[in-house]
Amino acid sequence: MESINQSLDKFYSPHARQSLDELSEHFTITDPSISGHPIVFASHAFLKMTGFTRDEVVGRTGAMFQGPATCRRKVMEIREAVREEREVPLHGSSRVCSSVAHEFVFRCCRKEVCSESLAELTRVSSANQVLEHDVSVKLSTTLAELHLLELESEEEPREASGDERRSAATAMDNIFSVLTHYSELTGKLVCRKRCSIPDVGLLSSSLIISLGRIKQSFVLTNPHLPDMPIVYASDTFMKLTGYARDEVLGHNCRFLGGRDTDASTLHLIKESIKTEQPCTVRILNYRKDKSSFWNLLHISPVRDASGKVAYFVGVQIEDDYKNEDFRRCWRPDMKQLSVVGVVKVAVRSLSMSAGSSKT
Amino acid sequence: MMLKIKRVPTVVSNYQKEEGSEAPRTVGGCGRNCLKACCIQDAKLPLYAFKKISKVGGKDLVVEKCQEELPLAFLDSLVLGEWEDRVQRGLFRYDVTSCETKVIPGEYGFIAQLNEGRHLKKRPTEFRVDKVLQPFDENKFNFTKVGQEEVLFQFEASEDGEVQFHPNAPVDVENSPSFVAINVSPIEYGHVLLIPRIFECLPQRIDHESLLLALHMAAEAANPYFRLGYNSLGAFATINHLHFQAYYLAMPFPIEKAPTKKIATLNGGVKMSELLNYPVRGLVFEGGDTLEDLSKVVSDACISLQNNNIPHNVLISDCGTQVFLLPQCYAEKQALGEVNAELLDTQVNPAAWEISGHMVLKRKKDFDEASEANAWRLLAEVSLSEERFQEVKALIFEAIALTKESDDSPQYLPKDDVVDSVDPSTYPAVVAGSQECVVLQ
Repeated sequence: MESINQSLDKFYSPHARQSLDELSEHFTITDPSISGHPIVFASHAFLKMTGFTRDEVVGRTGAMFQGPATCRRKVMEIREAVREEREVPLHGSSRVCSSVAHEFVFRCCRKEVCSESLAELTRVSSANQVLEHDVSVKLSTTLAELHLLELESEEEPREASGDERRSAATAMDNIFSVLTHYSELTGKLVCRKRCSIPDVGLLSSSLIISLGRIKQSFVLTNPHLPDMPIVYASDTFMKLTGYARDEVLGHNCRFLGGRDTDASTLHLIKESIKTEQPCTVRILNYRKDKSSFWNLLHISPVRDASGKVAYFVGVQIEDDYKNEDFRRCWRPDMKQLSVVGVVKVAVRSLSMSAGSSKT
Repeated sequence: MMLKIKRVPTVVSNYQKEEGSEAPRTVGGCGRNCLKACCIQDAKLPLYAFKKISKVGGKDLVVEKCQEELPLAFLDSLVLGEWEDRVQRGLFRYDVTSCETKVIPGEYGFIAQLNEGRHLKKRPTEFRVDKVLQPFDENKFNFTKVGQEEVLFQFEASEDGEVQFHPNAPVDVENSPSFVAINVSPIEYGHVLLIPRIFECLPQRIDHESLLLALHMAAEAANPYFRLGYNSLGAFATINHLHFQAYYLAMPFPIEKAPTKKIATLNGGVKMSELLNYPVRGLVFEGGDTLEDLSKVVSDACISLQNNNIPHNVLISDCGTQVFLLPQCYAEKQALGEVNAELLDTQVNPAAWEISGHMVLKRKKDFDEASEANAWRLLAEVSLSEERFQEVKALIFEAIALTKESDDSPQYLPKDDVVDSVDPSTYPAVVAGSQECVVLQ
């Protein structure tokens, strides 16, 4: 929850909230760099319209507004737009900031007046990208979603009208000018389109969203960068090692080793990386506070859509025999292997289309 | 006359031998570690028992579970973990993640994979393509012949209504367990086979219960990128032992993006639509109050195709809430010599995956030259003609319209609900024998 609160403040300063709240548009802002891609901000108008309080919305995902009558196809379109890091294009419009209408039936369950009635929302999404200059391997993205309320209820999705498109565009402009303004104050670069910094270490936010689903300690390292730095580290990895994300991204994994770490084990790891083979070792590692733990480490190469090794994934399990239940139900090596599987699917699939990742 | 095509059969198991030769077994029991009586008694396999979701719409169970923001569903982890385990044990014929894949530029985003290893080392075999229903033949390869190590887990409905997992459960042959096994010639990561009631040795033929099991698997995985496919005989199934296929591909299939036109709302709230602007004509079934409603409608439709000897493919997508049904006639055209040589040379077998837009290409040349126009040209050959499709649609409609509900229902159905409303009574009566795609002996 802390990271969710900081998400906006860090890039746009706490004052941004106030200015965003003064806007009359219905919108939410989400942060794909946080596990689960949660909503980090919901506008005053949006809360009023939906009947939820801010606490009920922040930290959850946009899925909470979907119901049985939600158009699945529109959900897919939104999902794909986020995956491909593009705006959902408004039908027939070529404007950069425009978006397509995502329409779904929304159940106003929170409003006493119409507990069973249906209203329709038009959700328009757009994305802006923020790149931090100081940490080259870190990408942060903010997605703003705009919700237009429609009064008539219809089951079938319909296209947004010209007026709606224009007002959506204006609304997006307003939101972005606030964000841009405050990002200048904090000194972080904000631009609406993704900055084309040809940095191979940069992960696409769609990959970050996919990896963020995995509740297990793991890191991705990029063998094509000097010294094979960590380019992704999961929340659980942070918890396990005690480091902050900024302290590990861009660094080689060797900081986990220490005085009593076995050199022959390290050699084994090196060999398997060289031969692009998976390996499992039990290695003594150290946390930030210098306390040591036995790390049941599994390492596997991960190929992208071209069939070449793009990353290595390292999955850590603390070997402490404390949790007997867990050991009975689900073998730890199986857990590691399913992380490898998810990472392989995500990396491979997300590098297939030219539009979706590094270009 | 009997219609046959020659093709290289897909090797789905390491125990799938060339006809007439013995495949070596290296481990266990009778020395073969098989699924037969000699070895299965002592076998222990993981067992996943799913909770029967009776209400899909009510509590948003499935819908909510499908959001990719949520942590991995249990079944998802199980399939991926067990599959990766078999990768590292070297059971696959090749590493599918080494196969180059790309999205073909264009409106639909067809996906092309270069897979040069899949069809090596096998002689072309003759397949009869003019009979959708053929009896099970014990002498041919079937899934009871696979090795235990190729089976990932048992999959069944939980008896007490809660999800259960047993890492080492005995195999109760009497209880007709369903198995999930690897396909040793995967076309994408996580390629598995769902074999309903494996020991009953059912032929490739859809029934309500088996389709429901497949829908449950899609719902349980709760991952919109894990889809199941089904090929009937005559529509590029090569093994006549009831099975579905499934794998992971984390992007939308072109067929999922194609526009549709709603035809009707059926029993249980299942929406029936027709694909528009897609090279293969087909039907889409979506939603419904329960998975049973959806599976009832779709299995009725499939059964009518089976009974009328119309080859077809099925794609189960969107976590089991959406099913595409595609009657086809490519194999038949191929047998009659009506497919042009250029298309045949590519040796692409247009089964459920290809029809959905994921093309597995065997030659580098075809991969390099892959274009939306080429993909479209191939798939257009797969499709029934408009005239024939309308006949088949009428046939399906007749099969499911019997259960079409009267319009007494709910708030989700506005009055002008049926777009381009089709009155079933306007359909021509079904005339058996008028099928251009079925060549009678």
